[in-house]
Amino acid sequence: MPWWFWAIVAAIVVLTYLVATIGRLERLHARVEAARAILDSHLLRRSAVVLELAASGLLDPATSLLLATAAHRARTAAGTDREAEESALSVALRAAFDDEDGDLVALLIADPSARSLVEELEAVTTKIPLARRFHNDAVRATLAVRRHRLVRWLRLAHRFAEPTSFEMDDDPPAALARLALIRSGPHEDWPTSRPA
Amino acid sequence: MRVGLVCPYTWDVPGGVQGHIRDLAETLQSFGHDVSVITPADDEDALPEYAVSAGRAVPVPYNGSVARLCFGVLSAGRVRRWLREGGFDVVHVHEPAAPSLGLLACWAADDPLVGTFHTSISRSRAMVAAYPILQTALEKIHGRVAVSEAARRTLVEHLGGDAVLIPNGVHVGRFADAEPLPGWPGDGGAIGFLGRLDEPRKGLAVLLEAFHRVAEHRPTTRLLIAGPGDVDQVRRSLDSDIRDRITFLGRVSEQDKVRMLHSVDVYVAPNTGGESFGVVLLEAMAAGTPVVASDLDAFRTVLDGGRAGRLFPPGDSERLARVLLELLDDEAQRVQLAAAGRERVRSYDWPVVARAVVRVYETVALDLSPLAEG
Repeated sequence: MPWWFWAIVAAIVVLTYLVATIGRLERLHARVEAARAILDSHLLRRSAVVLELAASGLLDPATSLLLATAAHRARTAAGTDREAEESALSVALRAAFDDEDGDLVALLIADPSARSLVEELEAVTTKIPLARRFHNDAVRATLAVRRHRLVRWLRLAHRFAEPTSFEMDDDPPAALARLALIRSGPHEDWPTSRPA
Repeated sequence: MRVGLVCPYTWDVPGGVQGHIRDLAETLQSFGHDVSVITPADDEDALPEYAVSAGRAVPVPYNGSVARLCFGVLSAGRVRRWLREGGFDVVHVHEPAAPSLGLLACWAADDPLVGTFHTSISRSRAMVAAYPILQTALEKIHGRVAVSEAARRTLVEHLGGDAVLIPNGVHVGRFADAEPLPGWPGDGGAIGFLGRLDEPRKGLAVLLEAFHRVAEHRPTTRLLIAGPGDVDQVRRSLDSDIRDRITFLGRVSEQDKVRMLHSVDVYVAPNTGGESFGVVLLEAMAAGTPVVASDLDAFRTVLDGGRAGRLFPPGDSERLARVLLELLDDEAQRVQLAAAGRERVRSYDWPVVARAVVRVYETVALDLSPLAEG
């Protein structure tokens, strides 16, 4: 075979690799963007529900003020402050709901008008850790490909902004997590003692 | 929402992953979701109405053992068509790192993907070699789920990244009530075991040795054993004085398994290793039978660190015998353990587990409109 044949073969191999890698980069950055949009929407939903709860008059004024302030700060924070303020909201929620002296969740779900709000809060506080983990996982996978030597040399990822992970305290209040079990209901058919 | 589930292993062969997918599919349907499963199958006519076949799985050696897998041009084509015609909001791939349908679906899908990792595997050279092939397919998965800490650790160590933990489920209601087998549990106390007789890691030998000691102290205590394997061989290895006190049921139906669990005073899981979850412990707990299990990571998690069942050092038949004697003599403790077990197993009830899975779907699916939840 003449030399130019091998040169063409090599060019095709390199081109195929480049096209595949560009496709991969596009896909990964799109995944990060989608994950970030979902995380954002869950975070906004959370502060909205907390504000609504605080304004409902169902809570004592001190708890209401504490939660409303934290939710408002989380909503309006920008840049890296956002991570700190969202974490502060998580801490405030735990302080309010995991109070040993009074079971706020039991109090609220007894009230029909508050029940749906609490259930929505439970849903969104458990979805935030999922969304954040999936987002950070996408960021990690994307950065791994961006670090490939060929990708750096040929500046293939040049047109995409470098994604960063989102770090925050997102542990939901334990009392809300238990709500999932209350909702599923006890098994009435369980005998109280075992049949002999 | 429309959910597509991808099963990597033959539907008609009993197995943990297949059972998980069946129960998940049926629970999601009961929530009002639209579910379709694609799976390898030997007999297409025996599939439930929500499942479609991707062809037959063939036994091939994979990573040190023979696995029945489904791959090739024909299967890939069927997966692609299923994805195209399904119009799914989310596609949930099980065991995506196995060279079977899950991996094919990862390649072909443009839908939001969720992947559940079931098994834990030790690191091997072969895995390292396969890494780049897997990586491009697995990075299409938007949300990764692991059923156990062991499975999650495997994922973190081999493939990088992270996963959320959502455990296996059990239909608690199905185990709650059943008629014990005739003549059981009897007055002298009865111990139960479920598992393959000839698989050393299931630990039957440990239990039999412990039963020798128990039998010396309690002349009427009996042992009930269910599971496939060579009964005659096990029976021949037993001393004549305890042989008559052990009953073998062989392979049991799902229904008889429930009755078997209700027929004993204590359930024992003497496994010596290799367990990454322990569904059978959940089933015993759902039946309200006190559980004694080896202190393996997976079992300790399910038993809430020993609060919902007793633990003993794996392989230590002497300690097992002591725990059994103590429990058989102490009805109050058995009642307390049964109650703790029932309370514990509620968080593994399928509706609770499936709702957690739906949360994952809602998190990866781009459509952010409110979705029906059960």
